[in-house]
Amino acid sequence: MTSSGALLPAALAVGLALLSTVVSLFSARAPRVLRTLVMPLFSLAGLAATGAGLAALLDGGVSIAQLPLGLPWLPWMVRLDALSGLFLCVIGVVSFAVGVYGRGYVRGFEHGRDPLPPLGGFAGLFLAGMLLVVLADDAFLFMVAWELMSLSSYFLVAFHHDQAANRRAAFLYLLMAHIGGLTILLGFGVLASFGGGFAFDAMRGAELPFGWASVAFVLAFAGFGMKAGLVPLHAWLPEAHPVAPSHISALMSAVMLKVAVYGFIRVVFDLVGQFHWQWGVTVLVIGSVSALLGVLYALMQHDLKRLLAYHSVENIGIIFIGLGMALLFLATSHALLGTVAFVAALYHTINHALFKGLLFLGAGAIQHSANERDLEKMGGLLRRMPWTGLFFLIGCISISALPPFNGFVSEWLTFQAALQAWQLDSGVLRSLVAIAAAMLALTGALAAACFVKVYGVAFLGRARSRHVRRARPVPFSMLAGQGVLALPCLLLGLLPTTFIGLLNAVPQQVLGHGLAQATAHGWLWLTPVSPETASYGAPLVAAALFAALALGLWLMGRGNRRVRRCDAWDCGFAPPEPGMQYTATAFAQPIRRVFGLLFHIEEAVEQQRDGRLRHHLRVSDRAWGIFYLPVTRVVENAARQVARLQSGNVRIYLGWSLATLLVLLWIIA
Amino acid sequence: MTLAAWGLALLQALLYVALAPLLAGWIRKVKARLQNRRGAALWQPYRDMRKLFGKEARMAHTASLLFRAAPYIVFAATWLAAAAVPLVATGLPTAAIADVIVIAGLLGLARFFLALAGMDVGTPFGGMGASREMLVSALAEPAMLMAVFTLAMTAHSTNLVSVVDYQLNSTGMLRPSYLFALSGLVLVAIAETGRIPVDNPATHLELTMIHEAMILEYSGRHLALMEWAAQLKLLLYGALLANVFFPWGIAQGAGMGELGLGLVVVMAKLALLGAALAVSETVLAKMRVFRVPAFLNLALLLALLGLLSHVILEVGA
Repeated sequence: MTSSGALLPAALAVGLALLSTVVSLFSARAPRVLRTLVMPLFSLAGLAATGAGLAALLDGGVSIAQLPLGLPWLPWMVRLDALSGLFLCVIGVVSFAVGVYGRGYVRGFEHGRDPLPPLGGFAGLFLAGMLLVVLADDAFLFMVAWELMSLSSYFLVAFHHDQAANRRAAFLYLLMAHIGGLTILLGFGVLASFGGGFAFDAMRGAELPFGWASVAFVLAFAGFGMKAGLVPLHAWLPEAHPVAPSHISALMSAVMLKVAVYGFIRVVFDLVGQFHWQWGVTVLVIGSVSALLGVLYALMQHDLKRLLAYHSVENIGIIFIGLGMALLFLATSHALLGTVAFVAALYHTINHALFKGLLFLGAGAIQHSANERDLEKMGGLLRRMPWTGLFFLIGCISISALPPFNGFVSEWLTFQAALQAWQLDSGVLRSLVAIAAAMLALTGALAAACFVKVYGVAFLGRARSRHVRRARPVPFSMLAGQGVLALPCLLLGLLPTTFIGLLNAVPQQVLGHGLAQATAHGWLWLTPVSPETASYGAPLVAAALFAALALGLWLMGRGNRRVRRCDAWDCGFAPPEPGMQYTATAFAQPIRRVFGLLFHIEEAVEQQRDGRLRHHLRVSDRAWGIFYLPVTRVVENAARQVARLQSGNVRIYLGWSLATLLVLLWIIA
Repeated sequence: MTLAAWGLALLQALLYVALAPLLAGWIRKVKARLQNRRGAALWQPYRDMRKLFGKEARMAHTASLLFRAAPYIVFAATWLAAAAVPLVATGLPTAAIADVIVIAGLLGLARFFLALAGMDVGTPFGGMGASREMLVSALAEPAMLMAVFTLAMTAHSTNLVSVVDYQLNSTGMLRPSYLFALSGLVLVAIAETGRIPVDNPATHLELTMIHEAMILEYSGRHLALMEWAAQLKLLLYGALLANVFFPWGIAQGAGMGELGLGLVVVMAKLALLGAALAVSETVLAKMRVFRVPAFLNLALLLALLGLLSHVILEVGA
């Protein structure tokens, strides 16, 4: 254990985040403060968090400190180790980019009707909450920080509260966050009663029998899974994430979901510290279903931010596929394979934070300059906003898991872990892992289809509405914010060995052994299991790709370079109108038809009074009808029963109070 | 890895580029013969290519920079994917750079840009082609990965060279999983390379096009690169089927004789495969677009059955 000095940058990050909250109170009087002070402070907090996290990863040690806060018998403890260091980095990098981007983005709010202090203030509290969750070393501080994170983000989701739909989404979010918080609290309760204290150290030392450990696991999985957006508890996510201002959507989708992943890893892998194949199977199945359903529902969306939110469900599913396989392999004492799967999940966690943040910032840039979220009205934006178009393309390729970008590396690692399933003893488990790999492959291919749709409809072709045709490029700060996230997308794809070497400290600390052989053959070769089994020379693939491209361009450039512009040919038909282009809905129609059973589709063609036909299509989430509405009905019925007590007669109320008092006294006696 | 091995790998990659039009010409020739036509010469694809490269390239006013860059990216990515599939010899270092998942990823990258290029000009046919291509690939890619995973799990490696070596050294045991994987991969290859009954490379009817609809707006050298990439992909799948399932005859060393023999053997195998494809294209009719998912689901099912029969029956045994 090293001294608590290593915690100073982390404390600085939290302090800066809180300071940005305080400063933003002045933005009611002077709106410029938001842009000139609050957002830079936010960026600095992100930078400090990144620095603290990197130091912890490089050092690999553990620093703990006791805060002068909390209850007298329950002091707040903080701890910075490799695992929290990694997540500090994730939070920090995205927050830094969001702060840079926000300088340009919040300008659009300066002359709006919405009050400014909540926008900056709750963002700072939100960041501080997330940082503290990752740093907490006892259940008390963890829960306080968790609630700080949930509540402050609730106010950000409800920022545009003048629309009823947004208020509804925000309330749903609040409700789900609290049910999730409750199950997490109960999970900590189980651990604390066996460990004899709320400090994580006490919980780590506890010896839980399988039954109680499973109870703690299920509670933690439900609570953190709800926050992370796993199917079937995901339905709040695509409602809540899109309605917040875009830079906040980026923070929520890219970072807050990762904090939930952190919580799951911390509780299950670190605090409970036992591995059972039944848990692995549960996580694997739910992860696979989330990945597949997430991408299928994403394909059906034409609201860009909603679509991205559904992709978060998919990517969280992929992360949990990795974690499920890790549990499965560790439970059957295949330590090396478990580590491969664990590292794959961590790598995908970082990747998803980067590219999902990037894509949400891009969606925000479109909203900023064209005031449009609906794909059906976009088109041709690449020519209006070339830099945003380039960054968005990088995000699309990364999330579609295509080489040489980062999404491919984590998918490759996940496949490598899955392909070692033959080492498992049970045939059922072997086939389960194989089927999960098949679902992952299907998910990846569908994600590529979805992002061809997004990019093709939004950025290519011709504008489908007047305001999109007049979109203006966004200010430099917003581009810089996107660039900050686009560059690591490429770097993590090009140099996987370097970054896996860096995050190796995490499995070393949590599982007790690292992934030494992955990087043993030099920085060029990624060999997770052994060089004979599989190797991926990411820098070489990229180099060859660029060499082939350069060669082609050079060869072509020697001859006739000229390209003559003409009208589109389109097989000689009449010149195509923008309205004749394929829309997002049209693009996804074949897939909607093939996977029709999984959606709740309402489709109708009506003849209107003036004789024109009107096509009506609504694709909604089946989870609503199956899981949410029945629960709502039960709760409402119960509330109606309870409401019978409320007769309005004071004497009856007094009678009830007396009866309650008597029962309580009887219990005490 | 010696310099000679890298040189050989580069040579093999160039061989792919050189041979790809020949395979396309051969299939066309056989098909013409089966239809009682004399058909164009074997070299016709090369002549087409030369003509296209000499022509001026035209682009729609509405096309963006992506439209112009896409042919190069599609060609480079397809070529790179092909370079990692053993064609003549196995002892090459390229296989260690890119295993079979990377090959699938590179083909995915090529397809991504192909589909985007289809949507770039803003014509209805381009969008239609892109939408259908992504549907086909969304179902075909997992089937391909499953089929190859069956082999990879058997050989305990995702490197194609190791898989081929394992095949060569194993005692000729007939594995049921291989049969499933082979039939699944054949269906995938037909779908992915845009052949009948999924797509018709020679169609003139816009409404039935998939691949052709995406490259409708290309001309000149851009069109040549797109066509060449498609032929490369066909050769890639041919080599995958020929060398991974029937690897006998492939050169394991670097001797001149061995390499020569390997070249002759692989060309014979590819000629056989090409002839089989021509026969199947002659006797089959193109399917309706919405029959294609059933076809691909069969491929996915076969590949999954292969994987499951491997992990359930063969691992423990």
